[in-house]
Amino acid sequence: MAAHRCNIFMLVFVLCGLTYVFVRADIEDTNHVKDAESVAVDIAPKANIGASLRSTKTEDQTQAAEEERQWEAETNPADAPSDNKADHVHDTMQNLDSRPAPYAKDQTQEAAEEERQWEATEVKEADRVPDTMQTPDVPPLTPAKDQFQEELVIRPLHSGDIYASFQFRTMWDTDFLRGSKVSHYRLFPKSLGQVISKFSVRELHISFTQGYWRTMQWGQPFLPSPPGAELWVWFQDTVTDVDGAWKELTNVLSGIFCASLNFIDSTNTVQPSASFKPLGLGNVTDQRFLRYAVLPREIVCTENLTPWKKLLPCGSKVAVCLMFDALMKVASSQSFRLSYNTSEICHNSYCKSTVWELRQTLNVVFDLHTSGQGKREWSLFKMFSRTVTEACPLASSSKVYVDGELFELSPTTPLLSQAVVLGDRRTYSVYDLTNQATFGQTRSLNMLLRWRAAESGDMLRPLLHGERYVAGYGLQTGEIHTLMYNNHPYRAFPVLLLDTVPWYLRLYIHTLTVTSKGRDNKPSYIHYQPSKDRLRPHLLEMLVQLPPNSVTEVTMQFERALLKWTEYTPDPNHGFYVGSSVISALVPSVVAMDTNSTRECPLFSSFFPCKEESSYFMRVYTEPLLVNLPTPDFSMPYNVICLTCTVVAVGYGSLYNLLTRTFQVEEPSPGLAKRLANIIRRLRGVPLL
Amino acid sequence: MAAPLTLLLIVAVTIRAVLFRSSLAELIPERVEVVSPLNAWKRVVEGLALLDLGVSPYAGDVFHETPLIIYFFHFVIDYAEIVFMVMGCVFLLQFRKQKYALEAERYPLDCLELIRTPKEMYYIPLKVAMFYLLNPFTILSCVAKSTCGLNNAVIALFILCTVKGSSLMSAIFLALATYQSIYPLTLFAPALLYLLQRLYIPVNWQRSSFWLFTTQYTFMYLGSLCVMVCLSFFLLSSWDFLSSVYGFILSVPDLTPNIGLFWYFFAEMFEHFRLFFICVFQINVFFYTIPLSIKLKEHPIFLIFMQIAIISIFKSYPTVGDIALYMAFLPAWNHLYRFLRNIFLVSVVLLACSALFPVLWHLWIYAGSANSNFYYAITLLFNVAQILLVSDYFYAYLRREHHLTHGLYLKRKDGSEATLVLK
Repeated sequence: MAAHRCNIFMLVFVLCGLTYVFVRADIEDTNHVKDAESVAVDIAPKANIGASLRSTKTEDQTQAAEEERQWEAETNPADAPSDNKADHVHDTMQNLDSRPAPYAKDQTQEAAEEERQWEATEVKEADRVPDTMQTPDVPPLTPAKDQFQEELVIRPLHSGDIYASFQFRTMWDTDFLRGSKVSHYRLFPKSLGQVISKFSVRELHISFTQGYWRTMQWGQPFLPSPPGAELWVWFQDTVTDVDGAWKELTNVLSGIFCASLNFIDSTNTVQPSASFKPLGLGNVTDQRFLRYAVLPREIVCTENLTPWKKLLPCGSKVAVCLMFDALMKVASSQSFRLSYNTSEICHNSYCKSTVWELRQTLNVVFDLHTSGQGKREWSLFKMFSRTVTEACPLASSSKVYVDGELFELSPTTPLLSQAVVLGDRRTYSVYDLTNQATFGQTRSLNMLLRWRAAESGDMLRPLLHGERYVAGYGLQTGEIHTLMYNNHPYRAFPVLLLDTVPWYLRLYIHTLTVTSKGRDNKPSYIHYQPSKDRLRPHLLEMLVQLPPNSVTEVTMQFERALLKWTEYTPDPNHGFYVGSSVISALVPSVVAMDTNSTRECPLFSSFFPCKEESSYFMRVYTEPLLVNLPTPDFSMPYNVICLTCTVVAVGYGSLYNLLTRTFQVEEPSPGLAKRLANIIRRLRGVPLL
Repeated sequence: MAAPLTLLLIVAVTIRAVLFRSSLAELIPERVEVVSPLNAWKRVVEGLALLDLGVSPYAGDVFHETPLIIYFFHFVIDYAEIVFMVMGCVFLLQFRKQKYALEAERYPLDCLELIRTPKEMYYIPLKVAMFYLLNPFTILSCVAKSTCGLNNAVIALFILCTVKGSSLMSAIFLALATYQSIYPLTLFAPALLYLLQRLYIPVNWQRSSFWLFTTQYTFMYLGSLCVMVCLSFFLLSSWDFLSSVYGFILSVPDLTPNIGLFWYFFAEMFEHFRLFFICVFQINVFFYTIPLSIKLKEHPIFLIFMQIAIISIFKSYPTVGDIALYMAFLPAWNHLYRFLRNIFLVSVVLLACSALFPVLWHLWIYAGSANSNFYYAITLLFNVAQILLVSDYFYAYLRREHHLTHGLYLKRKDGSEATLVLK
């Protein structure tokens, strides 16, 4: 019996031991996967030190609050002491490996990917940038395959306007392109998922914009986009009939987004060779699978916002999305200053397992002066007529960021975050909506911004800026001028200029001139595809080196074509739109430009300029052009057909006359009386007169 | 004879040289009356620029010259100005030679009044050269560096060779002209008729000598055309130029205003009738060859004039350079003046229209105070005037022929003075 009991004890012991081993192994596995997150958390205190060392200016201003405030963790090597640098690089690598899709602002993400195309050595640095926005409290890895995150960034602009950028990101760990047909959709919108799998889309980017982003007044937007609708798609390389797929896809998207994307045809579609590279995993460079089209005339309104909203898991019911209903009102009343765009980025991520990412953003610029009654004060309630009461329950993270330090925020938030966005180091106050404490006793969050000083500080002038206009008079010829400003005081950098001009403006490539500082500036690379009438547009891509602190002017002459009367728009004298030029560049960072940065770093770390922040990717869109064409008179097709045919008939008739007849001596015809008399005589049988 | 010709040459070259250096040299090449999408110098330069960029010039829809032209200009681009002047001079030389042709027309008839005196004949080449070289249309065309001047020179050389009886050269130049712009194809018939006439071969279907020569000439023509097309293919190693040059001429996709009838008609055309009317209008150009050849088979030189005139009126992208070509022939028919019915009216209309073209263009395109109908109306009137001019000459020629056979002063049966009518 004792032996039996002993056996049982032994058995239990062995079982326990085995269970322990398995569980242990499991935990280790998970730990391995979550490495990036945990490291990020570990680093928080160090980053704290680094950040407090650095930000002497903020210390002055917020000295009292400093102790209470808990700096949000950063994985920014520049902030952390440099002996951690190696670790950080390592971390970054791990991040790249383990994190399915780097959490990034679209712009920085673009930067990262573009950099990969341009300069292989900077991949690490570029990819690190997204992590600067990363927060330590990454949600626990849920067994569910999809994730949803939402955030709102509020940035007061120097013109006094408020820039609000909503961003929603849905990630889905699936692969609907290979084999298994996915039938179950949870957070990822089914309508889009089906489209992506049907057309074998690798990447899909759409933006709708109303109004024009004033770069010189407002600074750089997080996600630049041209006025109107923009669509660019990378197809999988398994697609054989890319043009057919593109045509179908635009028609389907047109239905999904309630937009005139079905007007995209071969006359406004191009295949840029260098300007648009895949932002996701695909490292394809074969431009055959890329299609890019812009509809500059597309008018964006609430009917585009509704389908956009439908793609969100929470719809407009909860949380940040609450504001949309109010936004619609705002959008219609202030459309002039309003600029929002929707962008769906679906991409495979970097590591062994891939996820699909859908990123929807909405950017709005509110005119503060019309509604603020002169007071420099802003609140969520004033703008959206409601407050935030809860986060979307499906969201794994839900945050509100407020940019800048020139105003008082109430309620105050203990969280701060720093990020290098677009080459500029910014400090953000963070409200975590998943945390109930954020909402306080009133169960609602109404942020109030009150400006401290009447004057806002100097705005960072955008280093790269583009403008475009049409010169010349009359309706026969004209000249397109594109101005590219390099505002960097001492660095020259190359930019890629992409111009798409419709066929009815016949460009003359031999008139292309590129001048900067009064001197001829020969582009080092030109890719020109001339237009075919009624078939495809002109495509001009060139790589131009912009000298420091200069304006580079690109001019090109064109001729305006007379179209068939059915080819004109219903309001032909309004003019024809020409889509924006796209300027893509790796811009030297402002942070790197700041010579004082050495003060904040340990001295030995700065013998050479900080490489990791030296440049960032930027895309600038110029204004679209409105060009008048000569018009025929639409009211008289019948008259023209009749008159021209008459002239041809005159030619034919007179020649026919001369060809078929011969000259004869004219015999005078007898008079009427004589003819009558002859008839009577004939009847009588008498000889004629 | 040589002295006045030299003087004329100097004057003509001076005018062009002065205009090339003046501010008008930038303005004239932009005029739609002077250049067409087919022969604008700007487009030739564009084609060369595309070639330099490594893009096929026919990839776009700007360049519509033939491949031989582009390679020709590739070599002489720097001397383009001189080339166009030389082309003018070639024209002049050609008409110097044409004298012989006109002398060959002899009429053993009693109508002394109708026969040209040797003195008149003597000055015809000079007059023709003067008409061509000092014609404002030619000068404009030359200053605009329109390749129309080249085509004219090729046609002039073709006529010269034909008149001199060199059938091979004639066929080669005719093929070159056809290769440049399809329409000179219709000159095949008059050239053949003239050469047959020169060889005293009657146009008779039963005669083997007629067929022999016709086949021979056709082979020479088609052979040289084939060589040129193949050469173009080997230069660019693609057949793109066929659709870009000949397809462009025949299907009229570019509706840039010009002095012709096509642009506004097809801008306003209903889409489902478009093909039909394109066919009708293009057939219209070629169609007159057959009846005219039958009617004028004894007078191939006049037939050439008629064909050139019809081409320049009804072609899809006419310019004033084309008009200048057939107008240069007018002094050769100065013996027809007495039979012309409305030469005064026609010349006044032509002059007025030429003056109104730039005015109404300005009102439409720059001032915005007129619309396209104004310019269109002028093109209509201009074309009607040209048609009247040509048919008037045709009438006069036929009438002169009638008088040559029937006497100048016709009498009715009753002895009273008769009037001639077409019946």
